[in-house]
Amino acid sequence: MSRVRVLAGTRKGAFILTSDGKREKWDISGPHFAGWEMYHLKGSLADPNRIYASQCSGWFGQIIQRSDDGGKTWTQPGTPPGEQAGPGGMPKGESNKFVYDTSAATGKPLTTHMWYDGTQHAWEFKRVWHLEPSPTEPDTVYAGVEDAGLFRSTDGGKNWKELSGLRGHESGAGWQPGAGGMCLHTIILDPRDPKRIYIAISAAGAFRTDDGGKTWRPINKGLHSQYIPNPTAEVGHCVHHVAMNPSRPGVLFMQKHWDVMRSDNAGDLWKEVSGNLPTDFGFVIDVHAHEPETIYVVPIKSDGEHFPLDGKLRVYRSRTGGNEWEELAKGLPQRDCYVNVLRDAMAVDSLDKCGVYFGTTGGQVYASADSGDNWSPIAQHLPAVLSVEVQTLP
Amino acid sequence: MIRVVLPGHLRTLARVSSEVQLEIVGPVTQRSVLDALEAQYPMLRGTIRDHVTHERRPFLRFFACEEDYSLEPPDTPLPDAVASGAEPLLIIGAIAGG
Repeated sequence: MSRVRVLAGTRKGAFILTSDGKREKWDISGPHFAGWEMYHLKGSLADPNRIYASQCSGWFGQIIQRSDDGGKTWTQPGTPPGEQAGPGGMPKGESNKFVYDTSAATGKPLTTHMWYDGTQHAWEFKRVWHLEPSPTEPDTVYAGVEDAGLFRSTDGGKNWKELSGLRGHESGAGWQPGAGGMCLHTIILDPRDPKRIYIAISAAGAFRTDDGGKTWRPINKGLHSQYIPNPTAEVGHCVHHVAMNPSRPGVLFMQKHWDVMRSDNAGDLWKEVSGNLPTDFGFVIDVHAHEPETIYVVPIKSDGEHFPLDGKLRVYRSRTGGNEWEELAKGLPQRDCYVNVLRDAMAVDSLDKCGVYFGTTGGQVYASADSGDNWSPIAQHLPAVLSVEVQTLP
Repeated sequence: MIRVVLPGHLRTLARVSSEVQLEIVGPVTQRSVLDALEAQYPMLRGTIRDHVTHERRPFLRFFACEEDYSLEPPDTPLPDAVASGAEPLLIIGAIAGG
C-alpha cells in the first residue's frame, strides 16, 4: 500500500509525519534541527529517500541539510565526517556558501537593488526560502534565496552556483523587498521542458526562463496592484505563491498579495479568478493532483490582519479553475481562530483520492484525505509552520 | 593546545559535546583560531564568519578572560592565557529577547 510522508518546516525545527495510504493514523518524528528555523524541506521525485532541507538562524546563518534515507539521518552535503572532498583531503564545507555572481562573465554584474526608501542597496544573502529538487536528477536542486536570487547545485547540495541571468535582467536594480524581505520563494520546473523554469519574487513578481536560466522575462502582464506607483507595471508586484499541475505545465495559478490569478499561456497573460472568494488576500495556492481545474486557497482577511475572516479557518476550493469557489470547513476550527497559513505551507499528495495538507502559524498541520471535503489535524502543537511538502511513496 | 567553547547549536553541527581543542602554529589570533576551527570542523564554515568576507556574523561575540574581543582586528593576538590553553576562547551567541 502507498504511504505518505509530510515534511513540515517550522520556526523551531523540522517534523516528519508519516502515514499509510488511508491517512488516518500519523507518526511524527522530530524536532529535527531543534531550535533552528526550517524554512523548507522537499523530497526528490527521482529518489524519494533524498530530501533537501533549508536550516537557518539569525545567529549562525544558513545551513543546507540532506537526507538520503527518507529523513532518518541528515548530513551537510560535503561535510560529513569521512567524506573527503576538498584539497588536502579536507571536506570543503561549502554547502552553505551562496555567493552572488558579480563576474563580468555574466555581462551584467549586478550589485545593488532598490531599498525600501528608494535608494540602491547592496545585494545581501540572508537565507534559502525554497529548495526545488530536479524531477529527474537526484543531485540537481535549485534554491530560491533572499535577497532574491536563484542558485543551482548539481552535486547534491555540496556546491551552489547562481543562475545570474535572473538578477541580471534589466529590471533587477529596480526590485524592492516586500514586508517579509526580498525573497525568491517559488520555483516551478516544467516537467516537459527542462529549459523552462518559473520563479516568483516578493515584491518583484513572476519570471520565466525558456533557455535553462540564461535569460529571463517578467511574466506579470494582467496583474493589477493598486498599491504600487504603476498598478500594471512590468515588475514590482507582490506575488505570494504560484502553483502548477504537472500534467498541464502551461497553466499557472497565482495567489498575489491581493487577487487570485490564472494564466493559460505560461504566464504571458494573467486574468483574475477571485470570483466569489470572501477575501482574495492570502498566501498559499495549490492544484489538485488529478484534477487540473481544481485549486485551493486559504483566504486571509487582509494585508493588515494576517488571519482568517471572522476567526473561521476555511479552505476554498474551485473546481472550475477559479471564479466559482466553495467553502471547505468540515473539521477546521470555526471560532476564535487567528492563525495564518504561509506561502509554502500547502501541498497535495498524489494518491487516488488526492490528499491536501496545510500548516498554520499556530503549529497545526491539517490534512484532508478526500480532496478537501473533510479535514483533521495531524499535528496540533508544533512551532509556527513555515512550509509543508508531501511525498507520496510506493 | 587552544581551547574553544562553541554555542550549543554549533556544537550540535560540529558533533562535539564539549569544548574543542585546536593545534595552532604561529600567532594565536581570532583569524588563526577560526581558520583552524573551520579546517577541523568544516561544517562550521559560514556560521561564525562570512564565507567570503570573513566578517564576524553580527549576533556572535568573542570573549576571553572575561573581556570582549569581538571588535578587535582579526590579527590581534589573543591573551596569553588563551594561547597557552589556560583559558578558552568563548564564542557566544548574543542573547536577545525580554
